[in-house]
Amino acid sequence: MSDTTETGPMLAADGTPLKVSLNRALRRQKLRALALIAPLLLFVLITFVVPIGSMLFRSVENEIVRDTLPKTVAALKNWDPSLHELPGEPVYAALAADLKVAVEEKTHTKLGSRLNYENPGMSSLFRQIGRSVKKWDLATDAPFKEKFIEANKGWGDFSTWRTLKTYSPAYTNGYFLNAIDFEKGPDGIRQREGNQKIYVTLFIRTLWMALVIMGSCLLLGYPVAWLLANLPNKTANLLMILVLLPFWTSLLVRTSAWKVLLQQQGVINDVLIWLGFISDENRLVMINNQFGTIVAMTHILLPFMILPLYSVMKTIPPSYVRAAKSLGATDWTAFWRVYFPQSIPGIGAGAILVFILSIGFYITPELVGGTQGVFISNRIAYHISSSLNWGLAAALGTILLAAVMLLYWAYDKIVGIDNVKLG
Amino acid sequence: MSKLPPYASTGQITWYYSFRIICALIFFFLIAPIIIIIPLSFNAEDFFTFTRKMLSLDPEGYSLKHYQDFFGNADWTRPLTNSLIIAPIATLVSVSLGTLAAIGLSQSHVPFRRPIMAILISPMIVPLIISATGMFFFYAPLGNWMEANLGMSRDFVGYVKVILAHAVLGIPFVIITVTATLVGFDRSLTRAAANMGANPVTTFFRVQMPLILPGVISGALFAFITSFDEVVVVLFVGSATQKTLPWQMFIGLREQISPTILAAATVLVVFSIALLTTVELLRRRSERLRGMSPS
Repeated sequence: MSDTTETGPMLAADGTPLKVSLNRALRRQKLRALALIAPLLLFVLITFVVPIGSMLFRSVENEIVRDTLPKTVAALKNWDPSLHELPGEPVYAALAADLKVAVEEKTHTKLGSRLNYENPGMSSLFRQIGRSVKKWDLATDAPFKEKFIEANKGWGDFSTWRTLKTYSPAYTNGYFLNAIDFEKGPDGIRQREGNQKIYVTLFIRTLWMALVIMGSCLLLGYPVAWLLANLPNKTANLLMILVLLPFWTSLLVRTSAWKVLLQQQGVINDVLIWLGFISDENRLVMINNQFGTIVAMTHILLPFMILPLYSVMKTIPPSYVRAAKSLGATDWTAFWRVYFPQSIPGIGAGAILVFILSIGFYITPELVGGTQGVFISNRIAYHISSSLNWGLAAALGTILLAAVMLLYWAYDKIVGIDNVKLG
Repeated sequence: MSKLPPYASTGQITWYYSFRIICALIFFFLIAPIIIIIPLSFNAEDFFTFTRKMLSLDPEGYSLKHYQDFFGNADWTRPLTNSLIIAPIATLVSVSLGTLAAIGLSQSHVPFRRPIMAILISPMIVPLIISATGMFFFYAPLGNWMEANLGMSRDFVGYVKVILAHAVLGIPFVIITVTATLVGFDRSLTRAAANMGANPVTTFFRVQMPLILPGVISGALFAFITSFDEVVVVLFVGSATQKTLPWQMFIGLREQISPTILAAATVLVVFSIALLTTVELLRRRSERLRGMSPS
């Protein structure tokens, strides 16, 4: 009997082989873990990830031309814009038929404002022709070519038709080209003129200001973190409150504080006058420019630099620096060659965190940035809520998100998302 | 250099003190803007700077009129109420879902742990303006559908939209704090409870929950402050009925700045001091508990 049990598979209490039983238990455990995660994962996926994905998809989507003018798009297929000739009567007739439907559904003005982003003037062209088309009879009023050109010379303009043709496919790279200051000219894609390069300038400014903010946070945060890590615990905990209080204070409170302080009639100017540094007539302009944004955002993001630096510095044993000094290093050499290299992970974590947070900032630049101190986010908000050019906003947003994701990936490599510490 | 040794040279002594002065200045930079608005909020005039009367500590220079406005004017009480409705409910949603998921994530064999974690943390990483526009395009049709098909009132739907949007934003904080607490959690305790015949639900509420409670509460506070302080998403998703306190402050700062904003800011500072104290006490308690539990 003992022979059979030794050669056969090991059995669990209920008689199944132990391996099978163990596998089953593991599977059950996995399923239980997934079941606990599932509600939240679905919630985040449905209300956050998918909406953002579909919003970003608007940056290439261009179905409006095809949906509003299906017959025209079909007729334009055979038209070759490289010949520099106006399309023939069939295209005009198709457009008349399409517009008849569009005017009834009131979609032609929407299409007009969509095409207006690409070719200024299209919006009024469509609005006007809508009124004329209402009076036309499709069966009796042909041919339409002259009628269109009579109603508005724009319909006899070659560029109008080229725009329609260029934007008739369901997907376009037009928004992305716009977002990096390129346009689709008569002879292919070309860069915009110098003074129209607003987005590249804005991206560079956003990156540059985020770098400046990161640099000033590091400059101010490093000494403080060092002090906190090297003081006795009791004093450090007290001083820590001075770092954590701004961290917990509402963003708008801090922004309003800076708005109040930096004003021309504000406290800082008053103090400077009282000290005699400036005269009453030459009050400094410190708000509604880049300076205001940088100061306010450095203040807002400083705790995000200090906290990771502090948590890394806390783990550096003080005996290393003492050992260096006992071996004859000066204070500076001991710091630079021994202490500083060990604090680099903290610098990396803090710097990337501050950089990620600052390139996506919206509220503070909007309130204290004026025109020169705004970020790419403010432009996205403008296109979403004021100019309603959602495709361009989505393209700008995609580029911004890609930059943030890249940094996030770097952050994950250096620090690990699991190691993010709060408070 | 925490203490100056007796043999320090003059240069070292100078550096020691100048370093401390530099640090003091940085601390001043951190805290002064927040502190300075407190006395300014008691200004009797509608100015944003100290008047002569205030500087000479004349009682006439001070008044509570901005506070009267803040607590009496519907322009401010309405947003305050809205904030106090939206933030707690959003917190409740993100804490209950977040804690469950964090417990699931901290089990030993979770497939796709990293991608799941990345998705759950993403609301904290994605720039707010992108989240806000994405949610705007999602919640606008959803809201219309709920009004038309479920017979809900417009205001109610508005609150639901804002609460759900804020709940998503709070989730990463709950996940991070609760998983961090669970790292120090002694798993043999749940096994012991199960061994003694407790079912999983009892084990969770009687054994696991009390031990991870500090982490859950500090996650909840983070989620609360995220919602309470949030303005971009509510601007895009909400309508005027759901105007929150930060929204009102944002509009006040952008259009015409009224000194009542300083009273609002002071109230919020006091509020954040209370939150900070709670978080600190919880952190100490959790550290003490962790120090005691065998690991």
